Amino acid sequence: MIRKLLIANRGEIARRVIRTCRRMGIATVAVYSDADVKALHVQEADESVRIGPPPVAQSYLQIEAIVEAARQTGADAVHPGYGLLSENAVFAKACQEAGLVFVGPSPEAIAAMGSKVQARETMRAAGVPIVTGSDGPVPSVDAAVELAQGIGYPVMLKASAGGGGIGMQEVRSDEELVRAFASNQARAKAYFGSGEMFLEKRIVSPRHVEIQVLFDGHGNGVFLWERECSIQRRHQKVVEEALSPFVDEALRTRMGEAALAAGRAIGYVNAGTVEFLVDADRSFYFLEMNTRLQVEHPVTEMVTGLDLVEWQLRIASGEPLAFAQQDVRRDGHAIEVRVYAEDPEKMLPSPGTISRLVLPEGEGIRNDVAVASGSEVTPFYDPMIGKLIAHGSTREEATERLLRALASYEVEGIKTNLPLLQRIIASEAFAEGKTTTDFLDKYIFQKA
Amino acid sequence: MAKIMATMAGTVLQVLVSEGEQIAADQDVVILESMKMEVPVASEAAGKVTVVHANPGDFVNEGDTLLEVEEG
Repeated sequence: MIRKLLIANRGEIARRVIRTCRRMGIATVAVYSDADVKALHVQEADESVRIGPPPVAQSYLQIEAIVEAARQTGADAVHPGYGLLSENAVFAKACQEAGLVFVGPSPEAIAAMGSKVQARETMRAAGVPIVTGSDGPVPSVDAAVELAQGIGYPVMLKASAGGGGIGMQEVRSDEELVRAFASNQARAKAYFGSGEMFLEKRIVSPRHVEIQVLFDGHGNGVFLWERECSIQRRHQKVVEEALSPFVDEALRTRMGEAALAAGRAIGYVNAGTVEFLVDADRSFYFLEMNTRLQVEHPVTEMVTGLDLVEWQLRIASGEPLAFAQQDVRRDGHAIEVRVYAEDPEKMLPSPGTISRLVLPEGEGIRNDVAVASGSEVTPFYDPMIGKLIAHGSTREEATERLLRALASYEVEGIKTNLPLLQRIIASEAFAEGKTTTDFLDKYIFQKA
Repeated sequence: MAKIMATMAGTVLQVLVSEGEQIAADQDVVILESMKMEVPVASEAAGKVTVVHANPGDFVNEGDTLLEVEEG
């Protein structure tokens, strides 16, 4: 078993990993930038090592500095958390080469899912459904028009290197495509240094549903049901729940089996998540695989009773899974909301010092937070300051508990999206489970 | 003369215009990054860019002047 774990991350997820390590008797090492000297994850770890100045490129993304910190402190394993270096095959490889156990899949499995074009091909070969689209980049605007006519409008025009919705646009006709192609290509070039574009069929009002999988190194794999993550703003998830109000038993089984096939196709070991788009007619399509722990993993934990970090550590230590598919529990319903340091009206980041923080308590309530009263929220990192999770025996009970908790959540000194979260969870559309990716525009901002 | 100011604290990711350039109202002139979010700053005025204060990598506070525009 792992004896000393370095956590190559910060914020709530570093604290989350420390909690499980403490329970399992594993010593912890935190790393931190100059902006995080006073951060809670640094205070709570058994040891800590400074790795650089505030910008992530000079600290939390510094592979050498992190591997060196592990060497210095005698850590025998590294947990990458999510974001940052968690899906970086070079980092996983560097850990391996330094004789450290990387708590995650192999560098090869990470790389196989890292390229969108390659992942599509692998999934097609494994029999996992993918959205119809151009295979590889589209060479010219004329080729794009011809392809789009074959796929059928509406189509999504996407930048190959894109992210955060930049360089991405829905188009409904030849004329729109011709106009959009040049402008999005220019934008993608300016932002990402690559103007490579590709096309996918636009699925109207889809749901974003993902399957949590666990594979050990002995050929065993299970899926831990689904998470519904459709409510997003700017392609960032805001509300997540387990299970999905839309997915029925037949679909659950089909998606679970597809997710296991996806993992097996790349020799996946450890915890991972296969993301799908689900159509109104219950067709589903592979979107991507996240080769790490997800932000929203707590909803799965509350429904299954499993500690996913514990299983990540056990699997990384070579243990086989101690349970089979039929043993995976399904107890009630859990909903998570992400609390962002964000002005809810202007939707702009709101860094600053938290003068007062009061977390809600109560039956079925879990808080995974990065901050406390007096914490500084800097502009250098993700705006998420915490996650609030509510569990209940039914979706209605979980919703009631979450609403009560949101009402007593107090943050002073910075602006947060708490008012928006309250509106979402209290809305009729949410109660009715009308969770599609256009939820916010359609039911909350009434723009669509 | 109009001053185009930072809408939030963060890092200057990109300056999209240069001194002497003619710009339109509502044109994006600078991209700021804060908390992993890229936020374009648009010019409120149309005219000629006279001074560019912002450089990529600079840290700015909300209200700092990014560039100056001679209206017209």
